[in-house]
Amino acid sequence: MSEVMISMSKIEKTYKLGDNIVHALDHIDLTIEEGAFVSIVGPSGSGKSTLMNMMGCLDKPDAGEYTLGGSHIDRLKDRDLAEIRNRKIGFIFQNFNLLGKLTAVENVEMPLLYRGVKAKNRRARALECLKLVGLEERATHLPNQLSGGQQQRVAIARALAGQPQILLADEPTGALDSKTSEDIMKLLTTLNNSGRTIVLITHDLNVARKAKRTVSIRDGRLQEGEHI
Amino acid sequence: MNLFTSIKMAVRNIQGNKMRSFLTMLGIIIGVFSVIALLAIGQGSSKSVADSVNSLGTNLITVNITNTDTHFTMDNLKEVKQATGVKSVAPVLSGRSTLRNGSTTSQVSVTGTTSSYLSIRQLTVKQGRFVSSLDNKFRQKVVVLGSDLATTLFENESPIDKKVLIDGESYLVVGVLNSKGGSMGSSSDDAAFLPFSTAQRLIGTTYITQFYAQAESQDSVNWAMAGISRVLSQTYSDSDDYSVVNQQDVMEAMSSVTSTMTMLLAGIAGISLLVGGIGIMNIMLVSVTERTREIGIRKAIGAKRKDIMLQFLIEAAVLSMLGGLCGVGIGVLAAKIYALAVGGTIVYSLPIMAAAFLFSAVVGIVFGVFPAYKASKLNPIEALRME
Repeated sequence: MSEVMISMSKIEKTYKLGDNIVHALDHIDLTIEEGAFVSIVGPSGSGKSTLMNMMGCLDKPDAGEYTLGGSHIDRLKDRDLAEIRNRKIGFIFQNFNLLGKLTAVENVEMPLLYRGVKAKNRRARALECLKLVGLEERATHLPNQLSGGQQQRVAIARALAGQPQILLADEPTGALDSKTSEDIMKLLTTLNNSGRTIVLITHDLNVARKAKRTVSIRDGRLQEGEHI
Repeated sequence: MNLFTSIKMAVRNIQGNKMRSFLTMLGIIIGVFSVIALLAIGQGSSKSVADSVNSLGTNLITVNITNTDTHFTMDNLKEVKQATGVKSVAPVLSGRSTLRNGSTTSQVSVTGTTSSYLSIRQLTVKQGRFVSSLDNKFRQKVVVLGSDLATTLFENESPIDKKVLIDGESYLVVGVLNSKGGSMGSSSDDAAFLPFSTAQRLIGTTYITQFYAQAESQDSVNWAMAGISRVLSQTYSDSDDYSVVNQQDVMEAMSSVTSTMTMLLAGIAGISLLVGGIGIMNIMLVSVTERTREIGIRKAIGAKRKDIMLQFLIEAAVLSMLGGLCGVGIGVLAAKIYALAVGGTIVYSLPIMAAAFLFSAVVGIVFGVFPAYKASKLNPIEALRME
């Protein structure tokens, strides 16, 4: 049995929308081991984005306990959460979220920048990560000079640069055509095979099936397997 | 993240929006530029005035008599000369007359005085001699010319022992003075000097309304002034009937005018820098809104509030300091151009330049705090959702 990477117990999050109280997350219990490749599927409004934000330490639960790689997240302050995001989590977004004014390699460097790594080491590490996603020749291109698939691979390189314990991918193929989607999924599978923990959030079952384990979310409740 | 990287990032963002950055900086540029140019010109002109006042000698005392009912005569003046601390006195009788040599005429100021005038006003003779006491005694029709006046009337010839006509009467030129330069509107270079008694006739007065006195030394100026006042008070009961002024008083009046002017300029500059600062704040707020998504991404990747705050603060500071630097450069250049074009004296003051630059930096930081704080407070989830 490998080590537990993510442990959520009785996580709750509610929003007020006018007079209604929405239970975005309703007593979520979830355990993810190191090296796992888990996909979380659910229709829009099911609470999967809230769950993703929670896992990514961008949001704090109203109640419940969350442990990421041994740290209790639910009690940390904003600045500690920023530190955790920087060191333990690599984000991959649906719309890539690269900074348009920075070149590919500068985008990849960013997590290291906030960690205070020296410029020379930063650049070396960033180029290494770009090589890993097969884009070392595009290092000095700006995002708008790259195709969607290439941009997403730069984003993956950026997520990898900080050597995080977990990769969080929020609809990574949502803005890509099916051929490119397949390439990206292959890349994620390769990364998982080399030992990285990946959590993938999607509404696309075809994408979800590439993962080793699938969890469904509906109305803020979690279920093992595909239930859509 | 270290400071150098932050500054590099800020410079890049500023470069990415050249036109906007320039317009934002303009407020600061104009503020700093006006301080430096105006103060350089202002201090230059006050320096040239101070220099010319000082060139009259620091132990010079000027006495004006404003009461014209009780006449002040040469006998009164002799009493003044006996006062403690007074080394010498010279009466001044001034008017304007037309001097003529052949077909060349010139309207100049004519001063009737005695031989001590030369040393009191620290003038020197270039050719010939100055008015002597014998001239005075016998009402000789002799004249001493200022250097410019001599050139005007006689060009390259030596005027000594030549005749000039003053208001139609013939006078013998006995001397020419060395050039001294102007002081407060009157220049001895462009004046003619006559014996006092001769001038009394020419101008048609018998009494003295102004005289110069020289104190024995700079330290005894106040003694001498007190002595002169005592003598004058015997003749005039009202102290409003006369005034006793030394160069120090003139200098003090001068410097109070200058300091008022400096305060005024500093005030104007302060206001324009304030306006510039508000411009910076405005643009930084727009920039924060525009870059909400970028802030979200940076936060998701691990930027702390401190990092975001620093990024925007440094950007504001770099913007205003760049403006300040440009302002200093343009200010120095503008003062130089003024000096070349108008020929005035300018004085650059390094402390003022440093202060103006530092003030611009402070303005940038102060007005950058609010936008930077706003940026750092953004919720990353909402910021990422922004398109």
